[in-house]
Amino acid sequence: MSDAIISLSGANLILDGNAGRVEILHDISLDVMRGETVGLIGPSGSGKSSLLMLLGGLEQATGGIVTVLGHDLTSMDEDQLARFRRDHMGVVFQSFHLIPTMTALENVATPLELAGAPDAFARARAELEAVGLAARMDHYPSQMSGGEQQRVALARAAAPRPEILLADEPTGNLDGTTGEAIIELLFGLRDRHGSTLVMVTHAPELAGRCDRVIRLRDGHLEPAEVIA
Amino acid sequence: MKVALAWTIARRELRAGIKGFRVLIACLALGVAAIAGVTSVRESIAQGLDREGAALLGGQAEMEFTYRFATADERAWMDANADAVSEIADFRSMVTTGDERALTQVKAVDNAYPLIGAVTLTPDMPIEQALAGQDGLSGAVLDPMLFERLGLSVGDEIAIGGEPFVAMAALTREPDNASAGFSLGPRSIVALEALRGTSLLSAGTLFETAYRMRLPGDTDLDAYEARAKAEVADGGFRWRDARNGAPGVARFVDRLSSFLVLVGLAGLAVGGVGVSAAVRAYLDRKTAVIATLKTLGAERSTILMIYAFQVGVLTLVAIAIGVVLGAVAPLLAAPVIEAQLPVPVAIGVHVGPLVEASVYGLLSAAIFVLWPLSRAEQIRPAALYRDAGFGLRGMPRPRYIAVMAVMVVMLVASAIVFTDSARLVLWSFVGVVGSFALLGLSARGVSRLARRLSRARFAKGRTGLRLALSSVGGPGGETTSVVLSLGLGLTVLSAVGQIDTNLRNAIAQDLPEVAPSYFVVDIQPDQIDGVLERLSGDAGVRKFESAPMLRGIITHINGVDAEAYAGPHWVIRGDRGITYSAAKPENAKITAGAWWQEDYTGPPQISFAAEEAEEMGLTLGDTMTVNVLGRDITGEITSFREVDFSGAGMGFVLSMNDAALRGAPHSHIATIYAEPEAEAPLIRDLAKAYPNITTIRVRDAIGRVVTVLEGIAAATTLGALATLVTGAVVLVGAAAAGENTRRYEAAILKTLGATRPVILRSFALRSAVTGFAAALVALAAGGFAAWAVIHFVMKSDFQFAWGPAALIVVGGVLLTLLTSLWFSWRAMRVRPARVLRSAD
Repeated sequence: MSDAIISLSGANLILDGNAGRVEILHDISLDVMRGETVGLIGPSGSGKSSLLMLLGGLEQATGGIVTVLGHDLTSMDEDQLARFRRDHMGVVFQSFHLIPTMTALENVATPLELAGAPDAFARARAELEAVGLAARMDHYPSQMSGGEQQRVALARAAAPRPEILLADEPTGNLDGTTGEAIIELLFGLRDRHGSTLVMVTHAPELAGRCDRVIRLRDGHLEPAEVIA
Repeated sequence: MKVALAWTIARRELRAGIKGFRVLIACLALGVAAIAGVTSVRESIAQGLDREGAALLGGQAEMEFTYRFATADERAWMDANADAVSEIADFRSMVTTGDERALTQVKAVDNAYPLIGAVTLTPDMPIEQALAGQDGLSGAVLDPMLFERLGLSVGDEIAIGGEPFVAMAALTREPDNASAGFSLGPRSIVALEALRGTSLLSAGTLFETAYRMRLPGDTDLDAYEARAKAEVADGGFRWRDARNGAPGVARFVDRLSSFLVLVGLAGLAVGGVGVSAAVRAYLDRKTAVIATLKTLGAERSTILMIYAFQVGVLTLVAIAIGVVLGAVAPLLAAPVIEAQLPVPVAIGVHVGPLVEASVYGLLSAAIFVLWPLSRAEQIRPAALYRDAGFGLRGMPRPRYIAVMAVMVVMLVASAIVFTDSARLVLWSFVGVVGSFALLGLSARGVSRLARRLSRARFAKGRTGLRLALSSVGGPGGETTSVVLSLGLGLTVLSAVGQIDTNLRNAIAQDLPEVAPSYFVVDIQPDQIDGVLERLSGDAGVRKFESAPMLRGIITHINGVDAEAYAGPHWVIRGDRGITYSAAKPENAKITAGAWWQEDYTGPPQISFAAEEAEEMGLTLGDTMTVNVLGRDITGEITSFREVDFSGAGMGFVLSMNDAALRGAPHSHIATIYAEPEAEAPLIRDLAKAYPNITTIRVRDAIGRVVTVLEGIAAATTLGALATLVTGAVVLVGAAAAGENTRRYEAAILKTLGATRPVILRSFALRSAVTGFAAALVALAAGGFAAWAVIHFVMKSDFQFAWGPAALIVVGGVLLTLLTSLWFSWRAMRVRPARVLRSAD
């Protein structure tokens, strides 16, 4: 277990909604090894994205323990979690989530600036060149296509060289060809930086490229299925 | 069919509630309420003046003479044509007791006074009994302020202009007090009989007489006035009647309320920004619905109607709320308002003012709503889907721009009709449009500058600062709406602050430095040499000036009625002080023509103030008829000269050659510039030697003017604050509308590793930048407007007042900062996952 970079033990997530309390995740225990690529699959509403959010500290578990890189995320406050993500994680969303008031370059430079990198813009520029957006650096998100926006989001997630990459259906809002290109870029970045990748996906062929696939149903883990 | 369908769909949409329209309703309701409140009070006062016209005037009609009593013929005409006549004389004098002295405005009345209404005294007694006096002395009733200032008690002996009286009672209510207008001294009333034959009412002293007439109830005042003017020989009288019993009050209220209505309209313009933003945001949210409706076959006009109905219904609701507030607020404030007014007013609800406010509300709402509405109509479904997050773009079709232009014209025309002051309305319109343009350009400039600075070297590495600058400079930000809404409110406040401070400084600080210490009036010809001797022998007197003075009414110019010739100029309104001189006074600067020869004895010649002459359209060679003491004197204007009124020194608009006026009974006026320590003994000596003369301390007079100014400033500041409150509502609306954006940005930034202090600092910084920009532009625009008013209207020097300016900047920044922080703090509390997933 010494190589587990992410470790969940009996993690629960219960949310209070308009319709009352809803148990989203129930007694989740799993380990993710350093350098591993894990695919999270399951039907809609099974809790895949919520599990990813727990791993990123974007959602707090209501029970159990979530340990990442030896730190217990459940005991951290919001600012500690923010700093932890800044230093160790990159997150890619289905809807890109770029800051609309910033250009592509500024979006990519932001996490580097937050980390205090003196060469934030130079690195951001290099990262955008790496995803093929050298000509779009000064464009705002509204001036770019979905595929281009997701490439910016990838560059932004990868720029600080995170140990862990979390991706929530990164191709969900893209057409097939664009989606494939994004996946190639994502795996390329992962290979280049040696990051651990946890990815939520609906696409079986994408899951097929992962070292391991974890299936969820109604907030429960189903038996693990090792692909590679 | 199409209309019915549009209405049906609009109703269904409205079922979802009015959440996005709270700002629209608040902005419109506030603007309409402010205007309805002001116009309701104005109407109540106007009706009060109408209803109480006869009581305020002291009769149904009045003939007023300067320096003289009515002739036997004039009096005979009045007695023959009125049920009753009351004679009063009015003049300034000094009331003294021991060494204590105070300026007073004396009203000497006959037994018939008051013809209408009643005088109330403390202790309670009939006016006849008070004026009869006691112990062989005639009685006087005095304003309570005089009792206080002179330390008097009822029964004390006093002197008025040197004549002995006994103070019988304090004057609690004087029914005709509003007809006199602004006066420097508190009121005293004495019996006319007690003063007849004294020097106070002798030929040449400054007094006015008024003859109030009680007429039968069915008298046609128009016909009566015409008959008086035709039948009373020389017409050297001023006419007033119950139709306008207190013209000074009426004019003042009219002007102040016109100004406040215009400030209210500026408030509606500020609110218009919020209205427009609310409609735009609502339509942004409705793009999917619009696209769907279009996909299902709805035409552009149907779409326009659906949303016009919705916005229209809410506009009507807002106006109704505003009307109710505007009608109720004056009723609640009635005790305060009524106590402040010199006329009996019953604050009530009046339909006219409420309709006026509704018209303003409807037109301004339509102007601001049509722009976003018409843009929604022209967008195609595909574009709507693609552009959904980034608002409506493009210009409306020309027909809508034309409709908006027509409505702007209608709004301006309505304001002109309702306020009856085209010049003021047009200048205000230019001011509001100019400010909007300046603010819009500034907002764009601030955005560009912020964008450039966000990429500058100094911003790199300062994440909070760069985030703030990027946001201010980026697309879809709040910069424009914040700068526009807050900026216009602050501009109005800044202009009012600058004008008020400049006026106060000019009058309360600068004026006393250059103005004389005292004016001395009513110096009789046989007293002037003695007075001048006393002044020249006093080392504490720096300077003094004196001149003969008469009062006269300019009745004709070039043989034409003066007002018909020169318009309602202040020189023609009422009587003016005029003087005569053989030699050109040393300080007189002739700008055109030539002063008469010192030994000139030919037909009367006139030297007239150059600036006023230009305003009245006078040229050299024009003839002017002046009625002095009932006698018409016609002279030719042979020179124009500069007259400087700014130092409050001696300045006569009209001067004649000495032969023309020397024979007329007159008195002298003197100005004294003395060291403060020399004043008291000097004035005491003059009073002892010449008890009939009146000394007016300029500082006291300035104090009275400042008090009046303070009242006006308070009213206008209140109006400007109402505009700022509307601006604040728009600001809150913009901040609330931006809450989702902030929440979203905060979530992304947290995901990227930003802590809450960093994010909050960035949000605070961006609001401070926009607030600061709005305040700076407001200072520039408000300062410019104030300069224009002070320079062109007040004809005074403008000095930028840094105190109010600093308040505007601090206020602007604080307002945006607090509003933004409130909504930012709320946005920060939500967990990133909730925000980011709900956006998926």
